[in-house]
Amino acid sequence: MQPTTTKETHHAAHEGHHDEPGFWRKYIFSTDHKIIGLQYGITGLIFLFFGFCLMLLMRWQIAYPGKAIPVVGELLYKLLGEEMVGKDALGKIGLMLPDLYNSFGAMHGTIMVFLAIVPIAFAAFGNYVVPLQIGAPDMAFPRVNMASYMCYFLGGVVMLASFFVPGGAAKSGWTSYSPLATVADLGHHWDGQTFWILGMVLLITSSLLGAVNFIATIIQLRAKGMTWMRLPFFVWAQFVTAFLLLLAFPPLEAAGVMQLMDNLFGTSFFLPTGLQVTGAPLPVSGGGSPLLWQHLFWFLGHPEVYVLILPAMGIVCEILANNTRKPIWGYKSLVYSVLVIGFLSFIVWAHHMYLTGMGTKIATFFQTTTMIISIPSVIILTCFFISLWGGSIRFNTPMLFALAFLPMFGIGGLTGLPLGFNYTDIHLHDTYYVIAHFHYVVAPGTIFALFAGIYYWYPKATGRFMNEFWGKVHFWTSLIFMNLIFQPMFAQGMAGLHRRMYDGGATYADAANVLGVPQAFIDMNKGISHAAWALGLAQIPFIINFFVSRTRGKKVASDNPWDATTLEWQTPTPPPHGNFPKPVEVYRSPYEYSVPGKSADFTPQNEPEKR
Amino acid sequence: MDIPYTTQLREDTNLYNAKVGIWLFLASEVMLFGALFSSYILLRVGAPPGTFPHGLLNIPIGTFNTAVLITSSITVVMAWASLKMGNFGKFKFFQAITLLCALGFLTIKTFEYRDKFIHYEVWKNDGTRMTGHIEGNPWLWNTQTLSDKKLAAITFSPDAHHYAEPRKHDAEAKSDHGGHGAAVQIPAADIKRLSAFVPAHSTYFGIYFTLTALHALHVLGGAIVIGYLWGPGAKMWKTDPERFTNRIEVSGLFWHFVDLVWIFLFPVLYLL
Amino acid sequence: MTNSFDYLIKHKLLSLPTLASEHGRHVDDLIVYVHALMAVLFVGWFAYFLYAIVRFRRSRNPKADYVGVKGHFSNWIEGGVALIEAILLIGFAVPLWAKVVTRPPSEKDATVINVIGRQFNWNGHYAGVDGRLGQPSPLRSTGSDPFGLDRKGDANAKDDVVVQGNLVVPVDKDVLVNLTSLDVIHSFAVRSMRVCQDAIPGLRISTWFKPVKEGDYKITCAQLCGNSHYGMFGTLKVVSQPEYDKWLAEQSAKAKTAVEPVSYE
Ligand code: HEA
Ligand code: HEA
Ligand code: CUA
Ligand SMILES: [Cu+2]
Repeated sequence: MQPTTTKETHHAAHEGHHDEPGFWRKYIFSTDHKIIGLQYGITGLIFLFFGFCLMLLMRWQIAYPGKAIPVVGELLYKLLGEEMVGKDALGKIGLMLPDLYNSFGAMHGTIMVFLAIVPIAFAAFGNYVVPLQIGAPDMAFPRVNMASYMCYFLGGVVMLASFFVPGGAAKSGWTSYSPLATVADLGHHWDGQTFWILGMVLLITSSLLGAVNFIATIIQLRAKGMTWMRLPFFVWAQFVTAFLLLLAFPPLEAAGVMQLMDNLFGTSFFLPTGLQVTGAPLPVSGGGSPLLWQHLFWFLGHPEVYVLILPAMGIVCEILANNTRKPIWGYKSLVYSVLVIGFLSFIVWAHHMYLTGMGTKIATFFQTTTMIISIPSVIILTCFFISLWGGSIRFNTPMLFALAFLPMFGIGGLTGLPLGFNYTDIHLHDTYYVIAHFHYVVAPGTIFALFAGIYYWYPKATGRFMNEFWGKVHFWTSLIFMNLIFQPMFAQGMAGLHRRMYDGGATYADAANVLGVPQAFIDMNKGISHAAWALGLAQIPFIINFFVSRTRGKKVASDNPWDATTLEWQTPTPPPHGNFPKPVEVYRSPYEYSVPGKSADFTPQNEPEKR
Repeated sequence: MDIPYTTQLREDTNLYNAKVGIWLFLASEVMLFGALFSSYILLRVGAPPGTFPHGLLNIPIGTFNTAVLITSSITVVMAWASLKMGNFGKFKFFQAITLLCALGFLTIKTFEYRDKFIHYEVWKNDGTRMTGHIEGNPWLWNTQTLSDKKLAAITFSPDAHHYAEPRKHDAEAKSDHGGHGAAVQIPAADIKRLSAFVPAHSTYFGIYFTLTALHALHVLGGAIVIGYLWGPGAKMWKTDPERFTNRIEVSGLFWHFVDLVWIFLFPVLYLL
Repeated sequence: MTNSFDYLIKHKLLSLPTLASEHGRHVDDLIVYVHALMAVLFVGWFAYFLYAIVRFRRSRNPKADYVGVKGHFSNWIEGGVALIEAILLIGFAVPLWAKVVTRPPSEKDATVINVIGRQFNWNGHYAGVDGRLGQPSPLRSTGSDPFGLDRKGDANAKDDVVVQGNLVVPVDKDVLVNLTSLDVIHSFAVRSMRVCQDAIPGLRISTWFKPVKEGDYKITCAQLCGNSHYGMFGTLKVVSQPEYDKWLAEQSAKAKTAVEPVSYE
């Protein structure tokens, strides 16, 4: 039966209670995908900022090991107590102690990945944009959608609370390798690690609910005529991302449950026989396997990294098409590549475990798959690059960030290759080279794409533009400092500087005729830290711009200020509850820009063919 | 505009939203239990000899519980079919049985757990080990308890057979449960380790309790949903029968999955 | 430093640390090849990228071209990348890896050391002059002897040498390290030897290398192992064979006389 016919009548009936919900139901317990998207966005950005601040503090300890942190040091001491913050040689309060460094490191990773980037890139943009782009009134399960945000929020609260439990937050890296994760805080049961696991379970639940909702929505709620090959690439990216979350997260949940048992009920899932911690035998049955944790973790871990990048690629694709004013080159190969990445990302995880004593066969398998998976990424980037050719490029702020994404991701991706060959990984494993590799992909890569997306869709959400001038200031400063931060790390890593070094590697530096890391590379830490702090300052214009433009920004002239073709721009601004005043129908592929013989240089997907 | 295909099927997919949703959710559940099963295999393969117990679970009770669950998954189908045929009364009846089965299953499981909490293994300093019961069947003791309670010795009635040794004939198998050899006094000084059959006992019981508890939670969750749709939720039958039937179908799908998991759990944990 | 171009690329451009092991040069070579591929891709694409965004800016090209690039030269690039990756993989990475993990030197013509990592130091166990290693049993391990050797009972153990922090090995002879850990996961890394191998409790993993340069090298720990992870280091002293024999003899003599095994700095 044809739904839309029956719908109209229903619609009238529903108007009543949709009209004026009170503040709470409108903004806090809303089931509207746009509001939920914004909730995710704001919360995520705050966590992104928080995660950054943790690192800014760590960068002080890395650059000036053993020196009390100026100004904030005192504050940290008041907040976290002498268990975490001590006195330096000069007796000045505010020295970050090793445990605190490790806590901050682990939490920086966890917060950035699970509480900032995924919620913004997947949940926020996905929630706000996907239903609009496919011409749907809302997500398939609005209440589930709300529940998903609530779980995320609770997960965040638990993670933040963990900073204040005795022993401090989780301190075994975002990878939480057992046995360390279990024995790091022997003594108190309800330690940071336990909180970390509980927090993760909530976040995982949130992502699962989200993923189910996204997939169902994209399968079921596409508007009339919106065939699979007419979906904007952004939707495809989110579709694959959702599958990654759906299938990769549960194993981590299982692992989390087992580690929880190890921490609380004295099981030995990840504890082998005969452990001796600080001299004394650990009173457990033993018989477990530390590697089991690593396999379960990385089975999530690797798909997760593509969860971090695919939505970013989607955003970049939309903005490239819109600002080159021409169709994306090789739309089909983009779609197939992203699907291939989706499948392959489940069979490369052990490239994070090359040095755990892996045999030839397994190693060969995993480095082969790792090399194969790099090809679709190459294809995607190539399509983006070729799309520039013959365009009529507009350099507005969103476009600047989107363009910068290409080489930045390129650097990050390319440096994945030497890590992918296990023979070269012998030298690079657990050095700053790895840190630089993935930060290039997630920081100047994904974060830039997110900035691009914010500047691009802001007018749709608020009806006003963000300030162009300050946008460009934000862009150029961020671009410069990002590179000043991460470029030197490649050199440090090559020189053999390990990651997770409380003293920035000082102990491992060349000493009187003992060869370690050449001092020159340790000294780079200072420059990097200064750049990191400068990057922090560079965000101020953005934050101000973000809030002020809400009320003071330049008003949009039309519902489609960027002259775009995709459906989200065919709604009122901002879109009302239910999005489209009347059902839309789609007639063409997503990026019909500069169609020969047409006066306008863009043809919206829902514009009927006039014959 | 509000959300289409909540009840009608979408032309190209022939599905309504909730059905897509539940299948996706089940897919993730498969990955969850799949991961735990793989862990079970890895732990079992890697276990040092004699540390991975066998035959300590009560097979008859397990079998009975399996039967209970299978029955329930038949009745959910009947319940749904009754609704399809518009027979609300029958639906109520069958779904009631489903709920009873769910409760029965959980109750039995609780008793099984209790059995384990009062069943002990002792590792003596001389290297010998025995399983059995402590006089008075105290719950959840461990090595720590001995010193906490300042016990000089425990009165221990050992089982005829220790899991680490190969079985000779089934007569022994029976004697694992109920029947005991004569009680012996074991001085606390001789005891290296004492543990009830709790998760901490060994990776086997660790994974046994993790898997079954997680499964029990699923049973509970399913029962709550089904219970809600049987009680208060049932009034939707009057306003929107089609949608209500779909809800029953979806909850039924989940219920089948829960049973399926048990169908795997039972042989893996009890028999193999 | 025979080939100075080679030197400039590796140690100046790529800032690789001093190389002092035999297989290490292959590691470095492969690193160079991979980076060459990356450089070509990066420079090529980046040049194209800059040209494109300048050439096709709005002011210069007000009307976009609906079709853009015709033909499929991109397939050639992608095919090329795939091909080179395949070559690097099949031609180098796989066989070389096979060499480092599957063909250990025979125990008799290698310096065999049992190494235990624990929070937060590296410990070595050498067979004494008798050349026979005593049976380690970590359950008996003590502060000074994490290997838990039974010096009274075990004849082989009597003259075994246990050291903490400093490992001494002869130059130009394979070193066979049998790694394990007492507590958490550590990672035995000597960057100048291009060696890095996780030490995992409950597992005994071997790794080997042949030092070719005398000198002292830092042994570091590459895996986060607790709050003093950053300070967990030792020294690998590579000395001439005679020097080594002398050292071993002395230590082993001390060990015999010592009542309770002491660890030497
Ligand atoms: C978004 C995140 C992301 C992405 C996309 C990737 C992409 C890749 N990663 Fe990365 N990786 C991480 C995040 C990511 N990684 C993280 C977080 C870690 C560390 C985890 C931890 O230990 O804490 C890690 C670690 C990591 C390791 C383990 C290192 C170690 O611990 O020793 C390995 C090894 O194989 C690896 C490989 C790869 C490969 C081959 C790709 C490939 O998919 C890359 C493919 C892309 C390309 C090949 C580029 C193509 C572009 C062009 C050809 C155009 C170039 C043009 C210009 C530059 C202008 N990564
Ligand atoms: C998505 C993941 C992600 C992201 C984005 C980042 C971003 C950054 N990371 Fe991080 N990092 C990790 C994931 C990430 N990191 C992980 C997984 C580890 C390993 C942890 C471990 O060892 O276990 C790590 C480790 C790590 C280290 C190594 C620590 C060590 O080994 O001891 C360092 C060192 O410099 C570092 C630095 C940085 C810096 C300078 C940024 C910067 O790029 C940050 C940039 C951020 C901003 C520019 C903020 C923008 C936001 C706003 C302006 C807010 C606006 C708010 C409103 C408008 C409301 N990171
Ligand atoms: Cu030991 Cu790090
Ligand atoms: Cu990976």
